[in-house]
Amino acid sequence: MNINLTMIGQAIAFFIFVVFCMKYVWPPIMAALQERQKKIADGLAASDRAARDLELAQEKSAQELREAKQQAAGLIEQANKRAAQIVEASKDDARKEGQKLIEQAKAEIEQERNQARDALRAEIAAIAVAGAEKILETSVDANKHSEMLDKLAAEL
Amino acid sequence: MAGSASEYIQHHLQNLTYGKLPAGYERADGSVMSEAGWTMAHNAREASDMGFWAVHVDSLGWAVALGVLFLFIFRMAAKRATSGQPSGLQNFVEILIEFVDTSVKETFHGRNKVIAPLSLTIFCWVFLMNLMDLVPVDFLPQLFHLMGLEYMKVVPTTDVNVTLGMSLSVFFLIIYYSIKVKGVGGFLGELTLHPFSSDNLFLKILLVPVNFLLEGVSLLAKPISLALRLFGNLYAGELIFILIALLPFWAQWALSVPWAIFHILIITLQAFIFMMLTIVYLSMAHEDSH
Repeated sequence: MNINLTMIGQAIAFFIFVVFCMKYVWPPIMAALQERQKKIADGLAASDRAARDLELAQEKSAQELREAKQQAAGLIEQANKRAAQIVEASKDDARKEGQKLIEQAKAEIEQERNQARDALRAEIAAIAVAGAEKILETSVDANKHSEMLDKLAAEL
Repeated sequence: MAGSASEYIQHHLQNLTYGKLPAGYERADGSVMSEAGWTMAHNAREASDMGFWAVHVDSLGWAVALGVLFLFIFRMAAKRATSGQPSGLQNFVEILIEFVDTSVKETFHGRNKVIAPLSLTIFCWVFLMNLMDLVPVDFLPQLFHLMGLEYMKVVPTTDVNVTLGMSLSVFFLIIYYSIKVKGVGGFLGELTLHPFSSDNLFLKILLVPVNFLLEGVSLLAKPISLALRLFGNLYAGELIFILIALLPFWAQWALSVPWAIFHILIITLQAFIFMMLTIVYLSMAHEDSH
């Protein structure tokens, strides 16, 4: 157990090793470690973000689907309503048309009846005149009695 | 047998010493040094007569070789260090570095670029030096004996010079940082005004020597205990390996294997303790505790 220069030699070697370690060993490995830590942290953050994005996208797509369904339902309802309207309108039109036709027909019938009545009236007047001539045995001046005849015809 | 056994042990505990012998010194082989000069010691008496001006070539050589090995491996890993997927070597180095870094961060809260690499160097270097203890005790000395070297102690940490060299370096760092952080006045105040203090100025001055004695002892005890703890553990371990080696060769394994397995724990633990205490002492040096 002699104490001697070995102690100093060891101290010098120790000093040199520590300085070397401090300059050339510790910093690069520490830098690599920290960089990896950062990379991992970034990666985890990115995956978190991606998961959140996915969730958002899913939510959005579900909402859009819901909206589309709603829209489709609305469209169908509208179409149904419109169809009902169209049917209703065409029914109305048909009814109106029918009414009109009936009225036209009625008017025609009325007209024809009036014509027939007029013709009949004229004939009746003639027949009445002829009858009266036969009764009176004289001719009746149609012109003289036209006023009376017209009155008669109007009464028929 | 008793004589040869003690000779065997003595031989194993003798360092290969290169030192300065004075003029007129009678060597082991009977020759006399004509003038003072540096030479290799041939026996324990010559080595101890060299006094302070001697170097334990084996301790220092192995210590430096192992330190270079440590730095070589770590430098290789540092050069190839990537932030991507680490290779096997990088993984190993990173585990050690993270372990040391965590230990430092848990204990030392200031900002100091030196302490973490210092701790890493201490841990790895001391561990490697301790690890030499697990090499069979006769293996390397015999090899070097064949190469013509009389003595070869392969475990540097069983040499108190090596452990003292490291612990005194730590001691100077303690003093350096104490003065750097607290100033000369603060450091001296810490040494002289505590643990006993008084509001009375006269009493305060009277207590200065008492405090200085107490604090001085506790300050000096740090490097001494640091060095002797490591040295004592490894020296005792090595001695037991040497004693086991005195048994007949077919019986040695029954004791040497359990002891070696137990020693794996000891060498790691001692390296860790040396590192941890260094961190604690340096963090104490940084703190204004009083």
